[in-house]
Amino acid sequence: MSAWLRLHRQAFFSALRRLGALNALVIGVALSLPAGGYAVLDGLRAVAGRFALDAQVSVFLRGDLKRADAEALGKALRADRRIASVRFVSREEALQELAAVQGMPEVIAALGQNPLPDTFVVTAKDDTLEALAAELGKLPGVAHVQADAAWARRLAALAGIGRIALWLLSALLGIGLVAVTFNTIRLQILTQREEIEVSKLIGATDAFIRRPFYYLGLLQGAAGGAVAIAIVAAGLALLNREVAVLAESYGSSFRFAFLDPGDALAVVAFAGMLGWLGAHLSVSRHLRQIEAS
Amino acid sequence: MVSFSSVAKRYAGGQEALKSVSFVVEPGELAFITGRSGAGKSTLLKLIPAIERPSSGSVIVNGQNVGALKRAAIPYLRRNIGMVFQDQKLLYDRSVFDNVMLPLAFSGHAPREAARRARAALDKVGLLARERSNPIQLSGGEQQRLAIARAVVNRPALLIGDEPTANLDAESAARILDIFVDFNQVGVTVLIATHDQALVERYGRKVLRLEAGRIA
Repeated sequence: MSAWLRLHRQAFFSALRRLGALNALVIGVALSLPAGGYAVLDGLRAVAGRFALDAQVSVFLRGDLKRADAEALGKALRADRRIASVRFVSREEALQELAAVQGMPEVIAALGQNPLPDTFVVTAKDDTLEALAAELGKLPGVAHVQADAAWARRLAALAGIGRIALWLLSALLGIGLVAVTFNTIRLQILTQREEIEVSKLIGATDAFIRRPFYYLGLLQGAAGGAVAIAIVAAGLALLNREVAVLAESYGSSFRFAFLDPGDALAVVAFAGMLGWLGAHLSVSRHLRQIEAS
Repeated sequence: MVSFSSVAKRYAGGQEALKSVSFVVEPGELAFITGRSGAGKSTLLKLIPAIERPSSGSVIVNGQNVGALKRAAIPYLRRNIGMVFQDQKLLYDRSVFDNVMLPLAFSGHAPREAARRARAALDKVGLLARERSNPIQLSGGEQQRLAIARAVVNRPALLIGDEPTANLDAESAARILDIFVDFNQVGVTVLIATHDQALVERYGRKVLRLEAGRIA
């Protein structure tokens, strides 16, 4: 084994011996908030994503409207500059679509006649969906207008706000992690002051003195990250028991997915990096002050 | 091995510890630095491993101009100089053995080789049987011998002692000096600062007498 490798192994195990479970727990609890929030938000986004988030409006026509009038209306819609595309769904097509849904043919048969209207599915060009919907509702021959995606868009917007809040929380807790590590390393340096002083005096390089502290910061951060992952896993498992019951009532098998391995690894690695940074700041500030005399 | 020419050292407060010191210690020599306390003995010794830097003049150790040495090069200079301090600077949170292992840790020796060297050093100063003790359990003379073992474990070419016999009874002091002489006999250059004139005279070696910051 090379001397270089041996020195690193030595520093690693020296750091491992000084690793405090309590510090890792503190960091882990703090980091579990944004990590858990991310997992929950990711789940919600998946739900929202199942609905089209396009700016779509369904324009239902009056039942007594003649097909020729409907076609004229379609032409007018297509000429509108705010509208990207128009799709005509005739009442027959709509009935066929409905009949494809399980249990519906019996219902339709019971009705005797087609209750569905002709429909235009209009996709707007920009975000003026609500204004456009209101205007389309006033057109002659239009019975009812429905902006399908509005609530899905609201959900997406809420998720967006949640994401920004999570980023802010992550940033704040990241700073907290750096500060906690900074202080841990400072205390450790104070504890080992004599050893550091003597070591410098008899030929230890700065790198040798610093190495264990860098490892300590890195390990403490990474251990905190691992604790956070464990907390999130336990929390989601608990949450999913209730979610399963709720989802089943909607005929869904939705569950909050646990962070995928890549994300979990990223949390641990990121926490480790922040720990390293805290150690770096602390070591740079405090080790210089210790000079043998 | 050690060469001072017109070395002066002023401390930040304006105190002038050394005014103009010039001397040469040849490789393989054993020399004493004597003088009353406050004469500048400690300052002189601290200039050799670059614990202090000279204000003027040059300090050459083993061909290197210590005063001009870069900060990053200092640890490597110190590894080739065994230092025994008046206050020993032992670490009391670990065993006698681990104290001697400390300098070997810096250089990344293989554990078995390091342990072998540490035991050899402890054996030379007669402390092998105490390797598991804590330094606090050792007598003053034994602690000083432990400090010597730590100083020589890296097999330095130069061994310096700053009042290594201070606070010791005559018998322990003689034993300490005998160990220094033993190392000198196997080729190590030795430099010892002491205020004990009688002890110095017994050995009949080179004496550099410091008086008011100059070699008298």
